[in-house]
Amino acid sequence: MAIEIIKPGLATTVQDAGRPGYYNVGIPLSGALDQYSFRCANLLVGNDENAAALECALLAPELSFDAPAIVAVAGSDATPKLNGAPAPRNEAFAVKAGDTLAFDFMRLGARLYIAVAGGIDVPSILGSRSTYGLGAFGGFQGRKLAPGDRLPIGIASPQAKAGRKLPADLATPLPKETELRVVPGLYFHRITDASAETFFADTWAVAPEADRIGYRYKQGRPLQWRERKQPFGAGSDPSNIVDAGYPYGSIQVPGGVEPIILHRDAVSGGGYAMIGTIISADMDKIAQMQPNYKARFVRVDMERALAARQDYRSLLDRLRTALT
Amino acid sequence: MAAATARYSFGADEHVFVEISEGMSLEAFFKGMAITDALAKRKVPGVTEICPANASYLVRFDPDVIRPDDMMALLQQLEREVGDAGLELATRIIEVPVYYNDPWTRGTLMRFRERHQDPNATDLEYSARVNNYPSVEAFIDAHAGSPWFVSMVGFVAGLPFLFQMVERSKQIETPKYLRPRTDTPKLTIGHGGCFGAIYSVRGAGGYQMYGITPAPIFDPAQKLPYFRDFMCFFKPGDIVKYRKIDRAEYDRMTAQVEAGTFDLRIRPVAFSLSKFLADPAGYNKQLEEILHGH
Repeated sequence: MAIEIIKPGLATTVQDAGRPGYYNVGIPLSGALDQYSFRCANLLVGNDENAAALECALLAPELSFDAPAIVAVAGSDATPKLNGAPAPRNEAFAVKAGDTLAFDFMRLGARLYIAVAGGIDVPSILGSRSTYGLGAFGGFQGRKLAPGDRLPIGIASPQAKAGRKLPADLATPLPKETELRVVPGLYFHRITDASAETFFADTWAVAPEADRIGYRYKQGRPLQWRERKQPFGAGSDPSNIVDAGYPYGSIQVPGGVEPIILHRDAVSGGGYAMIGTIISADMDKIAQMQPNYKARFVRVDMERALAARQDYRSLLDRLRTALT
Repeated sequence: MAAATARYSFGADEHVFVEISEGMSLEAFFKGMAITDALAKRKVPGVTEICPANASYLVRFDPDVIRPDDMMALLQQLEREVGDAGLELATRIIEVPVYYNDPWTRGTLMRFRERHQDPNATDLEYSARVNNYPSVEAFIDAHAGSPWFVSMVGFVAGLPFLFQMVERSKQIETPKYLRPRTDTPKLTIGHGGCFGAIYSVRGAGGYQMYGITPAPIFDPAQKLPYFRDFMCFFKPGDIVKYRKIDRAEYDRMTAQVEAGTFDLRIRPVAFSLSKFLADPAGYNKQLEEILHGH
């Protein structure tokens, strides 16, 4: 059985839990940007929570099915339309051969996940079915989906059934204003004390340049760098460093103007000073931010980062208990 | 044991970033390689990524398996244990053919002239001038005349950063474009700051562009013999020697790539940093003999 893409949406890709282990040669983690919503969608249709699903950014696709299937939609808020009639979000439903699934615009949130019982059965490369666009491999032919693409579907588990529903308190939160927790560090010492204050005091808005590689933020005050003679090989701008590895979630500020948070398709290194890193528990939140959504950066220490990580794991455990 | 002198910083709850030195040097690179090699050999549970870079390295870990403080302490211990021992490197030297001043990078640089420091010169003309070479030809001879160390692989899949193996006073240094280009031809030979790069895929870039190689360096389909082990060819620690080729040779090699018969000249080499630093020119000559000897 297969899904055919009628309209691809803005940037629809096949993603799973990701491809760790190759960042040293520049191949990033990839995988669903909002891992929580991705896992919701899979568990709703009885899949292994890491099965490959469709990630849709800002404008969801239109699909058709050539065989009966169990489908679930989680993440951002866009009403599914099955043959034109509203279908549920955060609840598994059945489709018949020949059915068409389309979506209204995304009222809230930026990434929607479509899971199909059996998972998207594209080849696994280096242990993952995730699409890595810059490297043009993984997922479906290494790229975002296009009209006419036919995605093979795996064999559904006996657990797949229509009607499995996500409890309301476990639905993905989709706020227009978010707090993103940051552990300062890396090259934080390179900005002035005044800029260290304004960075956390200001409200930042998501810029149009926000994708799987990184999210750019604007409208905060520019950051000033401490005076120094630039080290050999670092480049002349005070925001430059000798090219180094970039952590996932690290915040670089080229020229001191607009912070960029690297996400799961990150460029693995480069020559811009990073001033801190978003905690792992807050990376999913970034994925649901539309352009112009607002963020405040909140300074936390390692202890609070680890406590937040524990809370995130507990939430995943509750999700598994509720849906299996 | 030697003292730990590197700077250690957490990248939130999943990364440790270690800056061996603020400035680039082969000594800093070698120390980072020695520590990351030692870490890889230990197969520490919870360590998910080990990424050596030019004068720093990055480790990603799972703090549910190894506590952040324990992770950092282990890296500090490895730094003390490694000391200055990591000055020898069993590696390989690779000859990379380059068609300098080619029509594709020239066409691209003309499209982005308003983003360049000198809109009235080509990248080669500009780089020759700011590095005090009398001509583009003399600059190309310097670029292709001595080997380069692969000091980092990344940015995108399989892209090598290269550090020229000459005295610092002879090192090519150029600014990056004022604003990055949105396009760079695949397999462009570029340069920014003190680093060279070979663009493994087509895409954005800010380095000056000097030429193009017919040899693929990243191939998910792994078609050519030198991709047998992995889809990314380069590894940190590789040594690269460029060889100037002309259009006819470029076309011939490109046809071989398409036919699947192209291969690179690759020789094993035991590199000694102290011997190199004592006499860079003499040592480079020996490397060249290893590359072309029988």
